[in-house]
Amino acid sequence: MAAASQGPLPKGLVAVGAVLLCIGSYWGLAQAPGEIFMGDVQRIMYVHVPTAWNAMLALTFAFVCAVFFLFTNSWKWDNRLEAAMEMGVVLSLLLCTQGAIWAKPTWGVWWDWDPRLTTTAVMVFAFGGILALRAFVDDPMKRAVWSAVACIVAFADVPIVYFSVKWWNSLHQAQSTPATVSKAFHWPLRINAFGILFLWAGLVALRTRVAALRLRSEIAPPLPAPSARGTDARASGSAW
Amino acid sequence: MTAFLTALRKDFLLQWRGRGQIVAIFAFGAATLLLFSFAIGPDSVALRQHAAGFLWLGLLLASTLSLAESFEREMEEQALEGLLLLPASARALYYGKAVANCAQLAMIGAALVPVMVVLYDAGTIRLLSLLGVIVLGTAGLSAPGTLYAAMTAQTRARQTLLPLLLFPLVVPVLLAAVKATSLLILGDPMGQLRPWASLLGAFAVVHWALGGLLFGRVVED
Repeated sequence: MAAASQGPLPKGLVAVGAVLLCIGSYWGLAQAPGEIFMGDVQRIMYVHVPTAWNAMLALTFAFVCAVFFLFTNSWKWDNRLEAAMEMGVVLSLLLCTQGAIWAKPTWGVWWDWDPRLTTTAVMVFAFGGILALRAFVDDPMKRAVWSAVACIVAFADVPIVYFSVKWWNSLHQAQSTPATVSKAFHWPLRINAFGILFLWAGLVALRTRVAALRLRSEIAPPLPAPSARGTDARASGSAW
Repeated sequence: MTAFLTALRKDFLLQWRGRGQIVAIFAFGAATLLLFSFAIGPDSVALRQHAAGFLWLGLLLASTLSLAESFEREMEEQALEGLLLLPASARALYYGKAVANCAQLAMIGAALVPVMVVLYDAGTIRLLSLLGVIVLGTAGLSAPGTLYAAMTAQTRARQTLLPLLLFPLVVPVLLAAVKATSLLILGDPMGQLRPWASLLGAFAVVHWALGGLLFGRVVED
């Protein structure tokens, strides 16, 4: 992805994702029939459900990057980890916001201590904490190793958090499947799911490149003393 | 095994020589129990109902002080680097530190129980079961807490980072420990104590295993 991020592919992915998201949202808002009980309120599902899928996907990708970094010690996996974790946290925050907007008219409250909501909130704080950790560690190697370790621990914790809060209390409806959702709702959901997928994949590729550039500036060799500037300085510069 | 026992002895010795700190952390926990009661007011029934939650919140807050302190001393004079040069695995050092932290937290938790009984009139005759829940809960707090304390002790803003990383992670411990302690205080007609204790045990097993696997990378790089 680091190599791909230097080409036109990431921007292309962002553009395709944005177009698909527009088409899917128009379809969901204007073309698809309203749900029989919830009416127009249900239309937020066309963006809420795909956001949930993609938030999980982005954090799973972050976990994969963390494991690969610890095995390979390759900086590219750390750059990808940083980008994917940020994207996962942003998508999870969007998920909570959309959920609250939907919950107020349907459940009567902005928030409820339901397993899915609580797990998502815990996930936001757990991965947000790791981003904070990254911000406070100056040594690039320590930052990479610690955030990879913390990401693996946080990701392994998510299923335990989910089941613990599920046993604690439950209100959120069960997960929908194509069998339980009317066919008229399928296409806007699918188009938006791929739209958001392409959008975050492109943004993660671009953010990976930013992380790589920052890392390059952090671990660049010190510039030679002013008196020594000349051919040696150019040689050390060309190494990058 | 010898390396683990030596590391454990070293950590117990450190705790014994800094025992004034443990008393201060216990006093902090007791003060939080006193302060929580002001959130409810002088309603004895409500206080009794919330007693388990207050006990575990007090212990969770006290744990951040205790866990951070356990690595504070290892950072002085680069003691941790000296330990890593010894012919002992990082895993042995981790388990020594985590077991010592667990024992210290369990002791503080057990000492907070009489404070809870006096302040909230929330006692139980099943003292051994309560001790079991406290040991399982503190095992769940100390395994990831020791791993994270090793990281945050070497950073700026360590006082902020440790709770920021630890609190979301230990949500299952907090939920299960509060439920189990509540059942012991308020009664358990449906026999729900065992599943909540099992959840505490499962969390502890996963995090003690993960901590042992990952600690080496945290301190050696």
